[in-house]
Amino acid sequence: MDFLNALIALANYVLIPAMSYGSQLALGALGVTLIYGILRFSNFAHGDTMAFGAMVTILVTWWLQSMGIGLGPMPTALLALPVGILCCALMVLATDKLVYQFYREQKAKPVILVIVSMGVMFVMNGLVRFIIGPDDQNFSDGTRFIISARDFKQLTGLDEGLALRTSQAITVITAVVVVALLFWFLNRTRTGKSMRAYSDNEDLALLSGINPERVVVYTWCIVAALATVAGVLYGLDKSFKPFTYFQLLLPIFASAIVGGLGSPLGAIAGGFIIAFSEVTITYAWKKILVYLMPGPLEPDGLVQLMSTDYKFAVSFVILLIVLLFRPTGLFRGKAL
Amino acid sequence: MKKLLLATASTALIAGMAQAEDVKLGVLLGFTGPLESISPDMAAAVDLAIAEVNDSGLFLDGSSTVSSVTADTGCVDANLAVASAERLITSDKVSGIVGGMCSGETTASLQNVALPNGVVMISPSATSPGLTTIEDNGLFFRTSPSDARQGQVMADILNDRGITEVAVTYTNNDYGKGLADSFQSAFESSGGSVTINTAHEDGKADYSAEVGALASAGGDVLVVAGYVDQGGAGIVNGALDTGAFDTFMFPDGMVSDALEANFGDMVEGSFGQHPGNDSDGGAKFNEAGEAAGFAPTNAFAPESYDAAALILLAMQAAGSTDPQVYKDRVMDVANAPGEPILPGELGKALQILKDGGDVDFVGASAVELIGPGESAGNYREIEFKDGKMTTVGYR
Repeated sequence: MDFLNALIALANYVLIPAMSYGSQLALGALGVTLIYGILRFSNFAHGDTMAFGAMVTILVTWWLQSMGIGLGPMPTALLALPVGILCCALMVLATDKLVYQFYREQKAKPVILVIVSMGVMFVMNGLVRFIIGPDDQNFSDGTRFIISARDFKQLTGLDEGLALRTSQAITVITAVVVVALLFWFLNRTRTGKSMRAYSDNEDLALLSGINPERVVVYTWCIVAALATVAGVLYGLDKSFKPFTYFQLLLPIFASAIVGGLGSPLGAIAGGFIIAFSEVTITYAWKKILVYLMPGPLEPDGLVQLMSTDYKFAVSFVILLIVLLFRPTGLFRGKAL
Repeated sequence: MKKLLLATASTALIAGMAQAEDVKLGVLLGFTGPLESISPDMAAAVDLAIAEVNDSGLFLDGSSTVSSVTADTGCVDANLAVASAERLITSDKVSGIVGGMCSGETTASLQNVALPNGVVMISPSATSPGLTTIEDNGLFFRTSPSDARQGQVMADILNDRGITEVAVTYTNNDYGKGLADSFQSAFESSGGSVTINTAHEDGKADYSAEVGALASAGGDVLVVAGYVDQGGAGIVNGALDTGAFDTFMFPDGMVSDALEANFGDMVEGSFGQHPGNDSDGGAKFNEAGEAAGFAPTNAFAPESYDAAALILLAMQAAGSTDPQVYKDRVMDVANAPGEPILPGELGKALQILKDGGDVDFVGASAVELIGPGESAGNYREIEFKDGKMTTVGYR
């Protein structure tokens, strides 16, 4: 019984939250890594692209809710998602036409594009705040829990509760589906293959008749879709606030770099590594140890490796270690 | 000839006015810097009190008037504050100062300028516990409570509810840390225990690590010393979702309409406190402030009105504008016994004092000076019942 309690506590406070946070980071990191692999720059505007897509989705969700259209137990936002993706794609394509294209034709150095993307970031940042405001927005509906901690306790008679939110389940499932689709697209379709070819060697790709502008358009569309999905899932799971999306940029980049910039598989692994390390290293293991240890060995202290203040430090230490010993990242992406 | 007469008469009039004392009150606030958005309203509140005194025509000998001189502290700039205080006292020759604004800058100008020159300072907004024990020769007062006070109130509320074990999380800044620490020491000295006292950063993407640590440490109630539109909401969300805690204590940064709207029906039985009082002073002040064209509900505007009124009433009670004389009367006019004085009744108070009576200045913030001359602080205790925030009482 104690063993079960320990297991449930671990799942409730570590495994489930880290899984959903990891999925959100992975989706974000995939977008960053695609831009890096194909367009060859670090897109600092990614966090705010996520915020923009999520914002459009929220506005459409509110409209649907006011019309009385819903998905029953599922959040209405899923219904609004395609519109969000579409608007976000139009937005990034317009940005590309207006801003990035100019620098691409100049063959500008990646570092210039990075600075340009920061400019885009601030513009998008302002745009989102201008339209929806800087405050928290609540747009989740449907059933909040698949199983709540209280129900779980009553059901099983255990001391520890296990809570699984609808949004967490949707996050993980959607992440799996999106990643599977992305890999299928990159590996099996003609367009996907042309994108990979362009990423591997731009000149050779041009010689074999691949239209670079088309590759760019596809890339932006995919990135917009990934960003919107990640942004909406994050907003459903936590809350939508433009500022936190800006803050998300750091762990997302850490994930992408740890996994290896330019490697989609690495982005996913990186997302989960960052999420799990943030949660496990700062977790106070007292509760679980009290269940597992015999009476006299029970710890008095919190058994916490590091205070939660150092959460961010954890991801950056991992980032540093990876950059020192394996600069290309775990999955051999392109070196920075 | 007629013109000559007129000129003579008006000269005589001007000369007559010049003989009556023009009392200057320094307004030493952070007109620039991090709190620049609220200082104009604080200064306006001071002017409101001054206008009321002037209009009554009862101040001191009856023909004396009061005027304000403003000076900037920058809120975080001790050098600027000291220079401004120096200017107010030595060149403007003020008889008392409403200020400073922020705790650090207030300490600097008190120790370097007000103390050596012997001028009374009443701060409307410096809340650092350090100012309670500072050496002040009886010259320093404040109409805002020390941060330590809220910690004590929180400990009292918990003890009254029979709760002995709590977990604490605070927003990682001076406010959160100061409140969490003062609460912990007050609660532990009254026999309670704090299982964990840990910080959370605002604007973070994810709070599962923090919630995990808090849950592991355990406790009957989670004290969230944060902001409702920042990390505090994230912590409450996480704690509710994982079932880690279902009762919370919300200090002033959390108590707001947003808290009720977002969490009202999920935090049944949770409680908290924020500055507030049940006197009519606040409402009267709001009316007067709106009529005067400033925002009276802005933070520390009521305290500023009270600070200015206290200085002027103390002068009236002492019959002198000399800080060394009237400093001893500040506590008398602020506290009972005496006729309670609300905003808008300064004229009445001046008359009572003139007649040798006693007043108990209540003012806009129900001011009651305790200890070395700081506001006792009034807090409204709230509790969530049926999804609504209800008032339990006042402390």
